[in-house]
Amino acid sequence: MNQNRVDEYRRNFMTALGGVAAVAVVAPSFVLQTAHAAGEVTAKPADQAVTDAKRWGMLIDVTKLTDGGAAMVAACKKEHGWGDEAHSDATQKAHWARVVKVTDKLTQNSFSLPVMCQHCENPPCVDVCPTGASMKRADGIVQVNKHTCIGCRYCMMACPYKARSFVHEHLVDQKAHSPRGIGTVESCNMCVHRVDNGQLPACVDAAPDAVTFGDLNDPNSTLSQTLKAIGGKQIRADLGLNTGVRYHGI
Amino acid sequence: MASQAIIFRETNDGKGFYILLAVLGAFLALGALAFFNAEHHGHHVTGMNNQIVWGLPHVFAIGLIVAASGALNVGSIGTVFGKKIYQPMGRLSALLAISLLIGGLIVLVLDLGRPDRLIVAMTTFNFKSIFAWNIILYNGFLALSAVYIWTMMDRQVKGYYKMAGIAAFTWRLVLTAGTGSIFGFLVARDFYNSAVMAPLFIVMSFAMGLAVFILVLHFAYAWTGRQLGNAVMNRLRYLLAVFIGGVLLLEGARHFTGLYIAQKAGVENFILFDGGVYTQLFWVGQILLGSLLPLSLIFCRRLANNRVALLLAAAFTIVGSFAQLYVILIGGQAYPLVLFPGAEVSSDYFDGVINSYVPSIWELMLGLGGVALTLVMVTVGVKVLRFLPDSLSDAVADPHSK
Repeated sequence: MNQNRVDEYRRNFMTALGGVAAVAVVAPSFVLQTAHAAGEVTAKPADQAVTDAKRWGMLIDVTKLTDGGAAMVAACKKEHGWGDEAHSDATQKAHWARVVKVTDKLTQNSFSLPVMCQHCENPPCVDVCPTGASMKRADGIVQVNKHTCIGCRYCMMACPYKARSFVHEHLVDQKAHSPRGIGTVESCNMCVHRVDNGQLPACVDAAPDAVTFGDLNDPNSTLSQTLKAIGGKQIRADLGLNTGVRYHGI
Repeated sequence: MASQAIIFRETNDGKGFYILLAVLGAFLALGALAFFNAEHHGHHVTGMNNQIVWGLPHVFAIGLIVAASGALNVGSIGTVFGKKIYQPMGRLSALLAISLLIGGLIVLVLDLGRPDRLIVAMTTFNFKSIFAWNIILYNGFLALSAVYIWTMMDRQVKGYYKMAGIAAFTWRLVLTAGTGSIFGFLVARDFYNSAVMAPLFIVMSFAMGLAVFILVLHFAYAWTGRQLGNAVMNRLRYLLAVFIGGVLLLEGARHFTGLYIAQKAGVENFILFDGGVYTQLFWVGQILLGSLLPLSLIFCRRLANNRVALLLAAAFTIVGSFAQLYVILIGGQAYPLVLFPGAEVSSDYFDGVINSYVPSIWELMLGLGGVALTLVMVTVGVKVLRFLPDSLSDAVADPHSK
């Protein structure tokens, strides 16, 4: 009896050891992966086209955000350099992300959350754009092609989240990795320059305990597993847009 | 009374022609100045912002575009529906339609963030976008209206007159439905997302286009010393009343539906009751001055055959249409987006508050520049080509009217 139990332990141990060894040997040959508490990002080789194998998304746990997402917004601002337009007034300055405080009228229950482009599966901004400048990448990232944007602002009329900004003046000292342009529309692009390099978006890095970033198409990704476990709500789910940015605690 | 042949003739070479061109030219120059100013400095010189993204230039642009398709109606009634009394006005109708559309489009294009990329808009189409379809519809409208004029002016292609008229009429209905759908397709905004926007814009175009036509027709004849009888003008007078009634009907349906549906009730109550300038523009501008006053001027028995009353009715109809477009465009954006139904929201970026908009002088100048371009095109058009019948006196226009 005793001997049998020892054998059982030994078998289990050897199996587990073998499994770990196999994963350690095989995994790196398939993907170059950055593991992070806030999610996983796979670097995309520059010579490969984006595919729809992945759909990038994130889950923001509002209950773990002590500042309502202010640090995330600040990180976004620093990464992309928006919001310091010298000549624009407060209503004209760019805002790629903002903290919104929500108070239920009946219950008075209140919370704050960061609101930015929700990277919809069915983005109204992409539907309405006459030139196709407002576009969704195959991997789900919604952004503006600033070379073909004519500055008609129809996408801003269409966006339910007020996620888009129009650049009202000439810009100086731009970030090389995040070019912007007068007379064009811009918004959160999920830090596409970082994601393609295998890094997490700046806002996710700023709140790693509250935000999980990853591949919504992979049922085994940390993001998908967390969403499965605790759920993730959409802002204006009634519009049927199937957003890539989800929230817990709203 | 013997009937007389309709003779078309260019307008005379007079001092008035050049004075009119000079005045319109001044407005064109101001419009150009406004464009270069915004182009040079960026849109921060305008009153538009990231909350009110479409402003006064769009009110002018959409107003002119909507009026364009409506102005073609006079011709269509003659050609498509065979009403003979309208047929002599077909040429002017199509010329005015083309001129209004170009005047509106120039404002729309010059207000773009990157007007230098117009070629991109003309060559790269996202066919899911109603805006892209509109670009095709606008160009097609210009082409069809030009062909329509050709069939009216050239005896050799007279056989295609009816066909061209039907094509242009059908196209214009689709075009205005497309213009209304620019708003109708906006899922996110409760003041817009409705199929009624397409027919509303069509009937709005009937009223506005006819009002513009009445004014242009009258002054073209008065300033060139030509005769314009009551037979023609009274037809247009009562037609205008029908169109104003049509706008009221669809606006009523739209607003009552909005009040009834809880999701839309917030923005409806804002526009109809609590919206400050937008509420005033709706009740005083659109309903009182823009609809009830013109209807009174048209139907008041003491004012029958009174030309001034008709001109005032037409002018106030245009005022009402602009008020209506201002309320739709700016009022609809002033009401904040609803991120969380049933909750109050606030942020450092104007969430949950009524957005403010004060149009700048530049935007007004750009819009008036578009109007001036329209009028220049009409003025020059009737001067160089035979658009206007020599006389539209009762004896010529409608020999059987008495």
